[in-house]
Amino acid sequence: MTKDPQQMNCHEFQAQLAELIGSGQKPGDHPHLKICPLCRALLADLETIAEAARQLFPIQQPKEELWERIESAIKDEEASS
Amino acid sequence: MPNSRFPKQPQDASTGGLTPVTASADPASPGVSGSPIDDEVMIRAQAGDHLAFAHLYSLHKRRIYSLCLRMVGNVAEAEDLTQEAFLQLHRKIATFRGDSAFSTWLHRLAINVVLMHLRKKGLHLMSLDEAMEPVPDEGPGRSFGAPDLSLVGSIDRLALERAVAALPAGYRLIFVLHDVEGYEHNEIADMLDCSIGNSKSQLHKARLKLRDALRTSLRGERR
Repeated sequence: MTKDPQQMNCHEFQAQLAELIGSGQKPGDHPHLKICPLCRALLADLETIAEAARQLFPIQQPKEELWERIESAIKDEEASS
Repeated sequence: MPNSRFPKQPQDASTGGLTPVTASADPASPGVSGSPIDDEVMIRAQAGDHLAFAHLYSLHKRRIYSLCLRMVGNVAEAEDLTQEAFLQLHRKIATFRGDSAFSTWLHRLAINVVLMHLRKKGLHLMSLDEAMEPVPDEGPGRSFGAPDLSLVGSIDRLALERAVAALPAGYRLIFVLHDVEGYEHNEIADMLDCSIGNSKSQLHKARLKLRDALRTSLRGERR
């Protein structure tokens, strides 16, 4: 039985947080957050991490020699087939 | 096949190296169509044109290498996996039927290569099954911390990269697939043969671990 969101403590709210976030709902609208600065801070941090992951990871350049390795491996495969 | 048909080093036709990876901007992300140039080159490569295959490599090497690097967190392994992905591409390219964008197909092929690799490594990494197990000391009760140590506006790329690289393999895998590569939970569950609920739960735990690591880093900077 699901507890009334108005009555949840931090532990209960955080136990549901993965599902709240993952299901595409707006966890920021949850009643518990209106009264709990700690859980508000937690949610803000998690949203910041997800946003940073989307924006901050650079595209990396492989070493030029990698193509030579691939080319050589392809040639070996073709020679053996 | 004559060796001379391979170019010495394929001309780099990919986009700028600082382009941020977002689901909407990444041509290799799921659900995003390939370009007409991609399609033309791919058709020639399917017909056995090695120059076209080399061009495909130049078009996709950064995305595939970056994906491998994020998923395993190690340059040497990422190079090996990139090589294996393109070798598999060479073997299988004739089977591509255009049901999805070529870049999406290649992206998925590369992910499968990495997943196979991680499963083969077994003891050296936390297995996906282990990663799916609840960890008693990581319950929701410990996810507090001082609200004044907020990460909002405080995360830099290097700190995040370091924190992601330090994640256990199972957590890193799901975090990279969802938050970096833009896959949905149902797609991840399908790839990893786990439930959608597990995917959500593991992603959440991965973010909590990253939060701990980033807050520790931030606390150190402020001392």
